[in-house]
Parts: sequence; C-alpha cells; structure tokens
Amino acid sequence: MAKVLLEARNIVKHYPVTRGFLQRIVGWVRAVDGVSFSIEDGKTLSLVGESGAGKTTIAKQILLMEKLTSGNILFQGNDVYKFSSAQLKKEYRPKVQSVQQNPWSSMDPRMRVREVVGEPLSVNTKLSKKEIADNVGQLLEQVGIDAEGMNRYPHEFSGGQRQRIAVARALALHPSLLVLDEPVSALDVSIRAQIMNLLKDLQIQYNLSYIVIAHNLATVRYMSHSVAIMYLGQLVEYGESEALFEKPLHPYTRALISASQLTLPEDAKEGTKQIILSGEMPSPLNPPSGCRFHTRCTEVMDICSKEIPENKVIGTQHVKCHLYR
Amino acid sequence: MSNVVLQVENLHTSFFTRLGEVKAVDGVSFYVREGETFGIVGESGCGKSVTGLSIMRLLPEPGGEIIEGKIILEGKNILELSKKAMRAYRGKMISMILQDPMSSLNPVYTIGDQISEAVKLHQDLPDNMVEAEVVSALRLLRIPDPEIRTKEYPFQLSGGMRQRVVGSIAMSCRPRLLIADEPTTALDATIQAQYLALFDDIQAKTNVAIIFITHDFGVVSRICDRVGVMYAGKILEAAPTRDIFKAPKHPYTKALIDSVPRLEVKDERLYSIEGQPPSMFRLPPGCRFRPRCPVAMDICGEQEPPEVKLNEDHAVSCWRVK
Repeated sequence: MAKVLLEARNIVKHYPVTRGFLQRIVGWVRAVDGVSFSIEDGKTLSLVGESGAGKTTIAKQILLMEKLTSGNILFQGNDVYKFSSAQLKKEYRPKVQSVQQNPWSSMDPRMRVREVVGEPLSVNTKLSKKEIADNVGQLLEQVGIDAEGMNRYPHEFSGGQRQRIAVARALALHPSLLVLDEPVSALDVSIRAQIMNLLKDLQIQYNLSYIVIAHNLATVRYMSHSVAIMYLGQLVEYGESEALFEKPLHPYTRALISASQLTLPEDAKEGTKQIILSGEMPSPLNPPSGCRFHTRCTEVMDICSKEIPENKVIGTQHVKCHLYR
Repeated sequence: MSNVVLQVENLHTSFFTRLGEVKAVDGVSFYVREGETFGIVGESGCGKSVTGLSIMRLLPEPGGEIIEGKIILEGKNILELSKKAMRAYRGKMISMILQDPMSSLNPVYTIGDQISEAVKLHQDLPDNMVEAEVVSALRLLRIPDPEIRTKEYPFQLSGGMRQRVVGSIAMSCRPRLLIADEPTTALDATIQAQYLALFDDIQAKTNVAIIFITHDFGVVSRICDRVGVMYAGKILEAAPTRDIFKAPKHPYTKALIDSVPRLEVKDERLYSIEGQPPSMFRLPPGCRFRPRCPVAMDICGEQEPPEVKLNEDHAVSCWRVK
C-alpha cells in the first residue's frame, strides 16, 4: 500500500447563523459533520455530492482557509493544527495547492500570465526575475501552452487554456497535493477531455495526489482511485472507485449513478432502471433525525428515522446504511 | 411528413458588431413533429441558443438580425408576422424555458401573479377561472400544494421548484411548441432526473413539440427523440437519438460522443478533440470542422460539404459521407 499523504479524522465544521444587531447566534449550519478519509501518494480521491453536501467546505478546511470546529487533519502523519506558522508557510501551504472551478474568475485580469503563474514563486522563493520567467516558461509548456504566451493577459486565452494556466500556477511550487474544485465543469465537452487527460498525465509524471470535487460521476470514475459520496455533510459511502461503481451499496449512490448514466432508455437493462428520488435535499440547519437520507430514500425502513446508521465495512467499501447490519 | 409543428428552413442569423458580422446561425434547417422532442446539442458559442431566440424572435436589438430563411409554425411563416402579431404568438403558441430560474422569475411578484400574467394576456377569462388555470398549470409540473404556492415568492422555493414554476408559466397557455434552453444545467443531478421525467409527463398530457437545447449528451440520451449536432453555426448531423449514439456518421459527432466519459466503461484515456472551435469572425474555408477533423481530405478545405440525406430523418454534412 502506498503511503498516506493526508488524512482527515472525524472533521466537523459548523457555521453559526446570526440574527439581529447583536449578531445573536440562533442556530448552526452543520456543513460538515464527522467526516474521515485519507489520500495516498500519487492517488486521487473524489468527493461527490449535490450542492450543499459540504464538498467545498471540506476543500476550504484542507487548504486551511478556515478553522475546523473539531477533528484533525494530518499531513504526512502530522497534525496540521500543531504546525507553527513558519512551518505552515514552508512545509504545508506550498505542498497543498488548488485549482478552482471557474477559470474566468480565478485570475486577476490585469496581471499578465507571467505574473499569474510566477506569483507563487516570487512570494515563496528567492528566485531572480529571470529565473522566475524561465520557470514560468517551463510550467506553461508542461501544461501545453506556448511559453511565448506568458506575456499575454488571461482574457486572450480560451476557457480551456485558462484552466491549463491555472494548473500551471498550482504546480509552480512542486506541490504534493492538488485540491481540484470542479476542475472541468465550466468547460465545454471537447475541452473537458483534454484537461482530464492532462491532469492524469501530470499525476503520473510528478506522483501528485488529487482531491477532486465533482458532481458528475462519469468524470469521477475516469479520474479517481477512491470515491467518497457525501450527503448533507456526511459520507454515506466511501471506498475504492472500481468496487463502488461496480457494486454501489448505498441507495443514494445508486440514485446518483442512475442519474448520470448515458444510456438510451430502451437499452437500460432490468435492475439498472432509472431511479428518480422524490423531494429535495433537506436544510443542513436542521438535518433529519436518524439517517439523514431517510426522507428521500427508496428503501426506507422504520429504523431509518430513529437510529443513526453505523459505519459498516463491506470489502473495500465503507457504507452508512441500515440495509447492511 | 405527418404533424410537423415547426419547420425551420435555411435560417441565417447574424450579429453586427464593431468588429464585423458574426454569422451565429449560418444556414440551419430542421423540423419538429407534434409530441416529439428535438435536441440541439453543441458546445458554447455554436449558435444553439441563438437558434432558439430566433424562433422566439427575441434576438437582442440592435445587433441581432435574421438575414434569411423561414420559420414555419403550423403552416405560417412567423418571420412575416408584424411585431404585434408576434407578441400574440409568443407565450400562446411558442414559449421558452431559460437556464437560470432565478433570473427568469421576478423576485417581487408572487408565483400566482407571474403565471396569471401569461394567462390573462392570452385568454379572455374571468378572474376565478384564471386562478383555476394557474393551479392547473402548477399541477401539470407536479408542484405540491399548488394553492399555497401561488401566494409564495420565488425566494421561498428551491432551485428545482423555481424551474418548475418557470415551466408552469411556459405551459400555462398550452403552447404548440416549447423551447427549453439548458433548463436543467443549473440543477443538481437527482433534481435534474426529476425535472427530465416531468418533460415526458407534460408531453404525454399535452402533445407539445419540444426543442431541447443542451450541451449534455446524458440529457439527450434520456429525453430526445431526434438530435441535431451543431458546430460553429451549422447543424452538421441530424438523426434519431439512437442513430446518433449507435451509428454517428459525422467525424465531429463521433469525436464528441467518444470524448464524453462514460460511467459504464472505465477508460484509461479519454478521446479528445484537438484544438478548439473556430472564431466566429474568421471561419475556416470549406468545412468548418476541418481544422480539428482527424479524417480531413483536400476537398474539405476548399468547398463546404453539401447535406446528404441518408434517410428521411438522418442528414449529414460531410465529404466523407456519400
């Protein structure tokens, strides 16, 4: 087994809801509520779920943009909250970089590409201007952009090219982990495949680990080694990608898979018939009792609204559902 | 051909900008039958939304203009209608659902007000009948507790419910043609599945013809009867959905379908189309897909390929297809 690079242990993030002039706290949004997972060297973990599931909140915690309510994040076995600020700046932040969803808003339109990609280098290293420019040229060529392009502005590039530039910027400090928040969902179909292939190539070349946040399961299957399915701030199913797609255990996973299949209705085999869930995701302000999914589940039982399902390990999969006891 | 509701013939729509003319729609022809869903698929900037807006005659003015072509709705060329006559058609005969429900609903009016606006405009009904129509429109889109919902505002509803309200407005006068422009793109996967199931339902009840504009082949496979694949202002291939997936003839259709990751198969590498769509200011000579085409020949760069009809429903524009 490969070495574990990053581990999240029972992480919880609650946001206060305030009201009135005195900002009284009237409730808590339970965005992430007890989630554990780990990422190995050179592997990809995908976080999948609908909006409001808590995927992006997890990304923010890993990038240390916010402080956890409780739980631990371990980087190469060390608790990141015990790092000193100097250590964080040297040993954590350069190693954990991110690529955002929308390449139109993730870059300063008034900076040249040379500055956009070179900024992490000028902030974190003592390289000279000339050395930075050389580095930027190399980085751009790695992601398939002509080095000459560094003197142009972001608006002169197409969406796919800008996403490549964003990847180059993330690679500037030789990170070991990239947090990719919906890296291809803003791009056109024919461009998506290019970027996904590029990310895969870079992963092998540099032994990078990825956390991919996505809502499209087909994208996820192509990219990832392991998958975590999230619903209302919790993992409902987590495990190796192959096993999870071959034999999804949780009813929510099955519904998601059914919703992203690309098959003609007449070709759908018996048992792979489309599952259409009723209702919508409840508010994380006041999640349902017992299993959080019971209000929409197609296989709901009496116990589901009463008891919180325990984590059950079946093969390589972790599942939280009363169907498996 | 039986029961054709809409026939678009050789439609050309251009935008006149400071930098020159952009031929956003450059000779598009297709038809939609009663009770049928015709999908228009393509990447951003290919002209699929402009096609929809041209049929509604809602192009941004000044700038957008229909240069030539015919749009025949139930036997009448609507391009010949006066602006006033067109207004009577819009909402009654043709209606449209847009991508983002939050920007197509008015935040300061109740749901009931917004649906009854369309009903009152097109039907001469007493007030109590209007209310009944509003409730039945909400029911058609399976909105729970319609009597209560009519008094609520858009912000009180979830994204999926808002998009259903937009659907209710569009269907409130039982139009003959519904144009849906990426109606599920802003919705989550499981909500999208719910919404698409509604379309089948509406069609079974009202026999409306639907034009479904999307970039998502998953959506196409689920609800379209026939599909037109659009690229840089032209429909390169139009065929029944099954043929598009099982036996695509145009290299662009093939490449586009191959580059979509499939849930059912684990690929080691995705097929990707090199390059990017051409600038609409500088279209390449000959076939517009030639610069990215893996099987281009000499003639492709010289002349535009003619449309070849393989059968009544399958048409392709490619020099390789004879």
